[in-house]
Amino acid sequence: MTAYYMCFGLFLVGLYGVITRRNLVKIAISLSIMEISAFLFFALIGYISGGVAPIVNPADPDKVYVDPLPQALVLTAIVIGLATTALLLAVIIRIYRKYNTFDIREIRNLRG
Amino acid sequence: MKGMSIIVKKTAQLISGMIFIYGIYVIVHGHLTPGGGFAGGVILAGSLILVTLAYGEEFFKLVREEMGTTIVESLATISVILIAVGGFLFGSKIFFNNFLPRGTVGELVSAGVLPLYNIFVGTEVASSIFIIFLSLIIFKEESPK
Amino acid sequence: MNSLLPLFVVVPLASTFLIMIIGRFVKDFNKYFTAAVLLFLAVFSYYSLASLHGGLALCKVGGWEPVNKVPIGIYIALDGFNAIVICIINSVGFLAAIYSISYVKRYTGENYFYALFCLMIGGMNGVVLSADLFNIFVFLEISVISSYALVAFGVGKNELEASFKYQVLGSLASFLILFGIGFIYWKAKTLNIADIREAFKSGYDRPYYLFVELLILSGFGLKAAVIPFHAWLPDAHSSAPSPISAMLSGVFIKAVGIYVIIRLFFNMFVITEGMAILITTLGTMSMVVGVFLAIGQWDIKRLLAYHSISQMGYVIMSVGIGMILVARGVRHEIAVLAISGGIFHLINHAAFKGLLFLNAGAIEYTTGTRNLKEMGGLARSMPATSATSFVASMSISGIPPFNGFFSKLIIIIAAVMARFYLLAALAVVVSIITLASFLKFQRYAFYNKPHDTDDRKFREVPFPMVLSMAALSVICLLLSLLAIPAVRDAVLTPAVDILTSTVQYSTSILGQ
Repeated sequence: MTAYYMCFGLFLVGLYGVITRRNLVKIAISLSIMEISAFLFFALIGYISGGVAPIVNPADPDKVYVDPLPQALVLTAIVIGLATTALLLAVIIRIYRKYNTFDIREIRNLRG
Repeated sequence: MKGMSIIVKKTAQLISGMIFIYGIYVIVHGHLTPGGGFAGGVILAGSLILVTLAYGEEFFKLVREEMGTTIVESLATISVILIAVGGFLFGSKIFFNNFLPRGTVGELVSAGVLPLYNIFVGTEVASSIFIIFLSLIIFKEESPK
Repeated sequence: MNSLLPLFVVVPLASTFLIMIIGRFVKDFNKYFTAAVLLFLAVFSYYSLASLHGGLALCKVGGWEPVNKVPIGIYIALDGFNAIVICIINSVGFLAAIYSISYVKRYTGENYFYALFCLMIGGMNGVVLSADLFNIFVFLEISVISSYALVAFGVGKNELEASFKYQVLGSLASFLILFGIGFIYWKAKTLNIADIREAFKSGYDRPYYLFVELLILSGFGLKAAVIPFHAWLPDAHSSAPSPISAMLSGVFIKAVGIYVIIRLFFNMFVITEGMAILITTLGTMSMVVGVFLAIGQWDIKRLLAYHSISQMGYVIMSVGIGMILVARGVRHEIAVLAISGGIFHLINHAAFKGLLFLNAGAIEYTTGTRNLKEMGGLARSMPATSATSFVASMSISGIPPFNGFFSKLIIIIAAVMARFYLLAALAVVVSIITLASFLKFQRYAFYNKPHDTDDRKFREVPFPMVLSMAALSVICLLLSLLAIPAVRDAVLTPAVDILTSTVQYSTSILGQ
């Protein structure tokens, strides 16, 4: 159960970063931290203590296997997270070239 | 983009080939061992990025390289889709159907279309990660000083 | 038919990468190819809707048959409700693609535009068709990532800032959805929507799933820009290129937000009255607050974006009223009326809001400004734009005989019959304020004296743009026909049936 609490703590660390940081790159890093906590959560719900990799061996029916589905989901989610992060960083580089700053307080063209 | 020192260049020269071959190994054994298209593709991209970082590259060459890699990536994705459609054409009218003979479990050439998927997915992942790297470098290079 | 369903996803995905290769070498390949692909998809979607006959078409991807009646493969299902949404997506997408042929010439990198456009269409089709929770997430991310890039397509200061804001809030929404899916999988041990519903039959842990419902509702609410989560929408929708604004506002927030909320809360979760009341409240809040935020706007596209929030409020409110009645298990016919009003308004909104954004794009194309104060007298120089935008403005403000009138009428009648008098009164008031706001738009843009120093003669926009605007305004008029009972029975009733009889979806999926 401790692992789940730590996973939730990681999520909160990321959320804290997104809310309080002023630097665009740090916001992107905080989002990545939150993302990783989601991946960790998926990996945890698939884990069964004492389980082995699910390559089923019919000769040994007593073996406990971990749930392979969440692992597949995590891999998919990692690919998606890679794409999101890359796009976010590309936009941040472009923003830096337009505004010459990473400070979110100075990037306020859109209002109302 | 400038290259790095002679030590880095020499080390990159020594290990990048090994990393590349390891990536290919992970990709082709994807249906037998942990890993597969995505993991192996990332390793392949790692070796390419290592070489580019160590030796450096002229700006225009980077742009041309990005264009070529985009085409490779698109071709790989189209191949994946073609295999999926192949299941519809050659098998039981179902997309993603495994229409090749399965072979024996544990052999390198087995599991029908899965190794093909792994190979094309690996190419796609390697080239797309390399494209991400190249685009970010290009963005940085073309920014005014 | 059944086994052809994946074409809705495969064709746009394949055309994305074909455009990336062939578009580099063959000039003008990208625009005509995109239009042709979307024409095919639109025709195919209408064919699917017609051949459905109120049933449910199911495709098991990869041919993985269920083992011991437990589904193990990925399911793609088409029923009365998502067939309508598929039709909306592909037809508005087709008209937006036609419009882009002349509009996108002002941007560099047209290839990327059309590739991302196809990718977004494919992602939305996937979200709507998928009968599997995790695939909904994957396709959602495909469409959302391409929309992030499309919002930033102009690479100006505003576009980049809007895209950044949109990406941060969109990623937060994705994490909430991902956690929600994880929590569902933890308890139910399955990801198939129909199978989850079956698992809920044997025991519904209410506090646990209340938490999950809140996670899912806030996640998809962020994507649908329901009012406490609306901060990104006006920026993103006003900064994107106009055909993309039309797609985002007319289709995107419905397909990835409202459709999923309605589908999951009717057909997957067990409907509880408290959750239904919460959804109705959120809808009412968006309806009222959205229109008040829209009043003070002078930027055309921001004004339209705030009206999108408000009109989506109508949809959510009336579906929520239906949900309350279904949860109470009383007065089934009024629930049917409320939900059909909501879905009818959803269809109408795609037509008129798409048209309004295309009009705004046309105005921006000729005059180069989006500020209402700087334009005027365009009715003489741009007759087609003026006429079509008049149709759209009257539709959105609910003037007969345009389509918006009938759907708002059904919603208000349903609210009165369900004895939610306050909501009915609010709906009328909001409709009047909408009318005022669009009269302002009409007056300042088209009928005022031309702006003093401006001597340039503005000309009408090129033919493809006029064509798609005219087609959408004809659709606005034709959609009024859905109010005729015979037509309504054929189109709307299957959609409403599958929502109100909450277990029909899961039983017919698991039965095949």
